[in-house]
Amino acid sequence: MPEETDLEDLRRGTDLVKRGFAQMQKGGVIMDVVTPEQARIAEDAGAVAVMALEAVPADIRKRGGVARMPDPAQVEAIIDEVSIPVMGKARIGHHTEAQILEAIGVDMVDESEVLTPADDAYHIDKREFTSPFVCGARNLGEALRRIDEGAAMIRTKGEAGTGDVNQAVHHQRTIKSAIRKLVGMNHEEREAWARKHEAPADLVHETHEMGRLPVVNFAAGGIATPADAALMMHHECDGIFVGSGIFGAEDPERMGEAIVEAVNNWDDPERLADIAAGIGKGMKGESNTGMADEDKLQGRGV
Amino acid sequence: MLRAGVVAVQGDVSEHADAVRRAAAAHGEECEVVEIRQSGAVSDCDVLLMPGGESTAISRLLRTEGIDEEIRDHVAAGKPVLATCAGLIVAAADAKDDRVDPLSLLDVSVDRNAFGRQRDSFEAFLDVEGLDEPFPAVFIRAPQVDAVGDDVEVLARWDGVPVAVRQGSVVGTSFHPELTTDSRLHDLALFDGVEAEPALND
Repeated sequence: MPEETDLEDLRRGTDLVKRGFAQMQKGGVIMDVVTPEQARIAEDAGAVAVMALEAVPADIRKRGGVARMPDPAQVEAIIDEVSIPVMGKARIGHHTEAQILEAIGVDMVDESEVLTPADDAYHIDKREFTSPFVCGARNLGEALRRIDEGAAMIRTKGEAGTGDVNQAVHHQRTIKSAIRKLVGMNHEEREAWARKHEAPADLVHETHEMGRLPVVNFAAGGIATPADAALMMHHECDGIFVGSGIFGAEDPERMGEAIVEAVNNWDDPERLADIAAGIGKGMKGESNTGMADEDKLQGRGV
Repeated sequence: MLRAGVVAVQGDVSEHADAVRRAAAAHGEECEVVEIRQSGAVSDCDVLLMPGGESTAISRLLRTEGIDEEIRDHVAAGKPVLATCAGLIVAAADAKDDRVDPLSLLDVSVDRNAFGRQRDSFEAFLDVEGLDEPFPAVFIRAPQVDAVGDDVEVLARWDGVPVAVRQGSVVGTSFHPELTTDSRLHDLALFDGVEAEPALND
């Protein structure tokens, strides 16, 4: 057999390699964890990756103050504990936090509105990094701006830490609805749409041709039960982030396992009934309805 | 009509569905693709694809859904399988990790994530036995094959390490042939490498 494959020819950090990583997460559940012990529980429950952060969003909400990247020592301990990918949250626009996470060996950086933004005008220039990034979006223009900056994965912003799924549903419906409109537009209508929504025109045309976002699209923000996760799959998300919903639940192990099984069986109500039965209470949560705009995290970094 | 099953409990399922459709079209065969997320669907499939993803999550769901035994029966019947990355780990005889229950479809031992973390992931052209031109291979947190049984044929190596193997009707790769539009490896694995036009510009 041939033995002359050129080892010098390899390329790291290309769009194909970054977006490919996100594609491997599809159909999976990514769970927020604060400690190595939580990471172990998440992996055993069937998570495809864990997201390291210094406190789950519900606690960040309660605590107030400035929320920053997690302690590198804690992230390293989580990496040592599990075999699945470890993601980490950096503040919007905080280039250096992202570099530190990359240096530790984090597999994907979440430039996240859950943390306090570090830059009021710019996101991180994600194209400079070898590591892939995931970013939140509430609508298609926002999603395409993030992809233009180099994001390899998009998630809904939802309203993190509330345990109320309605904003994740709203963002996903908004994105899908805009894509359906784009699919029916001609070239000049798409150019006008791109100007109006401050979206890069080449990505608008690409989305039109593909009939979907050019990168993997997950649900995040307020997902607290197996039924919530299945609902987001019904809305054509590629997979699920669960933040406070696992470790804010009465029985995190069973809630984690149930959400993983619910994502696989999202279109089978009888199986969902079995999966959701007797797993203990979900996180208490806090309704979005009537929440003051200044209390919402989703408006950060648009 | 060929029926191709993509094991769809988790991972890059639609990419494999597209790749097998391209490979079938290159053979002038009609192909129906079914996604397998529950038990009962494998026995109707002529060929199976085991995608990339997270082997711990895939292994767990194959067991809880009762699909694991059905895949073993498919291989025992001599039907083709292409298993990529996490699929290869699940198809192996030994994954050296109690978080994965491998199915022993291939007499190989694998080392999970041996190519490193995501920052070490890469793409490169690879010479593959049975293909005339180098293949664009994408390695993502890829496993390495560290031991092969006597009946296993090594189809490709990277830096001396086996990264594509074949035993009977099963082909396994450390990399992801489903991530590009080059479907020659799907062709090789599922259509026995009969001369076909590589669909490079699909």
